[in-house]
Amino acid sequence: MQRMLVRRALTGLAVVVGVVSLTFVLLHAAPGDPAERLLGPTATPEQLAAGRQALGLDRPLGAQYTAWLGRFIRGDWGVSLATGRPVRTMLGTAWPATVRLVLLSLLLSYLLGLVVGTIQAACHRSRLDTALSVVSVTLVALPGYWLGLMLVALFTYLLRLLPAFGASGFDSDYLGPWARLADGLRHLALPLITLTLIGVGGAARFVRGAMLDALEQPFIATARAKGLTTSRVVIGHALRHALIPVVTLLGLSLPALFSGAVFVEAVFAWPGVGRVLVEAVQARDYPVVMAATTISALLVVLGNLAADILSGVVDPRLRALEERAT
Amino acid sequence: MNALLRDRRGAIGLALLAVVVATAVAAPLVTSGNPNTPGDVVATKFLAPLTHDVHGAVHPLGTDRLGRDVWARLAYGGRISLAVGFLSVVLSISVGVVVGSLAGWWRGWAGAALLGLTDFALAVPRVVLLLLLAALWQPSAILVVLLLGVTGWMPVARLVHGEVRALAARPFVEGARTSGAGSLRVLARHVLPNALTPVIVAAALGVGNAILLEAGLSYLGLGVQPPTPSWGNMIAAGRDTLVNAPWVATAPGVMLVLVVVGCTLVGDAMRDVMSRQSGAFSHQQSAVSRQP
Repeated sequence: MQRMLVRRALTGLAVVVGVVSLTFVLLHAAPGDPAERLLGPTATPEQLAAGRQALGLDRPLGAQYTAWLGRFIRGDWGVSLATGRPVRTMLGTAWPATVRLVLLSLLLSYLLGLVVGTIQAACHRSRLDTALSVVSVTLVALPGYWLGLMLVALFTYLLRLLPAFGASGFDSDYLGPWARLADGLRHLALPLITLTLIGVGGAARFVRGAMLDALEQPFIATARAKGLTTSRVVIGHALRHALIPVVTLLGLSLPALFSGAVFVEAVFAWPGVGRVLVEAVQARDYPVVMAATTISALLVVLGNLAADILSGVVDPRLRALEERAT
Repeated sequence: MNALLRDRRGAIGLALLAVVVATAVAAPLVTSGNPNTPGDVVATKFLAPLTHDVHGAVHPLGTDRLGRDVWARLAYGGRISLAVGFLSVVLSISVGVVVGSLAGWWRGWAGAALLGLTDFALAVPRVVLLLLLAALWQPSAILVVLLLGVTGWMPVARLVHGEVRALAARPFVEGARTSGAGSLRVLARHVLPNALTPVIVAAALGVGNAILLEAGLSYLGLGVQPPTPSWGNMIAAGRDTLVNAPWVATAPGVMLVLVVVGCTLVGDAMRDVMSRQSGAFSHQQSAVSRQP
């Protein structure tokens, strides 16, 4: 188990280094000159030359890369071209917001998906199964940004119940602790509902499939033959078995969920990495694009590692297999 | 194909796709007026669905802020969205099949390197990669096709890699080799045709996904540029008029859902039909081998 985790951690590290290098190469291969972008169209040739020297653009590419990598590892991520703020502070406040949103929606969508998928597998081929299948296929097909807009139209403009933008109200600094918590939860509601609804469909479809596979296993026949009730068989035996592929999927679905979060954050102006990335891309703010890409890769790699650990906990056979191998 | 139509999901999915594709192809026949040029803005902007304007023209889905017919833009936008989705999947499938089959066929460092590249690209969130790449060039429909193709081949490569690996050990491949066929010829003529079945399912699901992503990029202003309509930039344009003209953003979203549901249903049905066929095949085989 430990050896596997070390190997996975090293692979993850290689992915992050690869992403960092890829962004560097791509941004340097891109048309346009950062110095020109920074100084504007009125800059004189002398100013441009001085700017290039200041940014280190006149040095060989290899030297630029090592210098940049060194600065990046030390935590010096440069200054945003668009806002003038240090990139590190921009992302330092952004990543907890994204993690909060993604983790909560992952948890909610899988809990709901487990319930729905189990019910569907238990009443396989019934009307309820068909109806829930229709719902889950539709949820999978929903574009997050559109669902978000529709929920805003309903809950914000029509019913005037929930706020549509940001993570807190303008007056949140002046609220008491409880009122501030309530304000935060109200702002969290719509982005979280949107992201969860998109996730539930996929989770339910997968759980249904895994449960149907599990229910065909010989040990289920044994459990039934022993005279256990259907609910005991389904929840106590089949669901435990079906959890193993579900936990594996949990890790694999992280990149997709993160991708969904990018659009949802953009719609709701949620102050996370996704929104920072979208705004930076729209403004061609390269230092921020670079750092936000790296942070996203890092978050996904860490999430996958967590899922690996979790699947070892859920499936004792994995641990035994590793112990035998060592 | 017949088996696909006999499956209820497959039939519904194909019907959905057929209606949407037919509308997009026949856009000039089923709509009136140019989808891009603004009409008489003052008189015809934000007309509600099923009303007609002062000139007597009926707008089944209403008009947008420039007085353009939403139904016409929806039909013409469908051409762009469907074409981008289809072409990008053709591209990603081609790259994925080449990379995956070579990674599965070549033992040693070359195969391992290709597989490593695939896994690396798979670990990066696709939208992040898309945004990074979209930041570098001027947005256009062709760029979106290229970007979606370049960021979508990895699952296909993984799939083909597994199939090729499994097939390479089968007796008929050994037979082809001993009969003197070159390595790449064996791969192209004997292994690949047998490895492509799951790729077709992945393609059906991939088209839906690519259309969603194209709409997403266009929604963010990084894809198809207005005034050319695409479902994504129509949703973006309707975002600001959600209060007084909700139909502008609603209609393209419904179309997106219909297409993606169609693709998912067809993909599901195809997978079931194929596994049933291969299952029947293996039953037959075992029946034959059991005979004395």
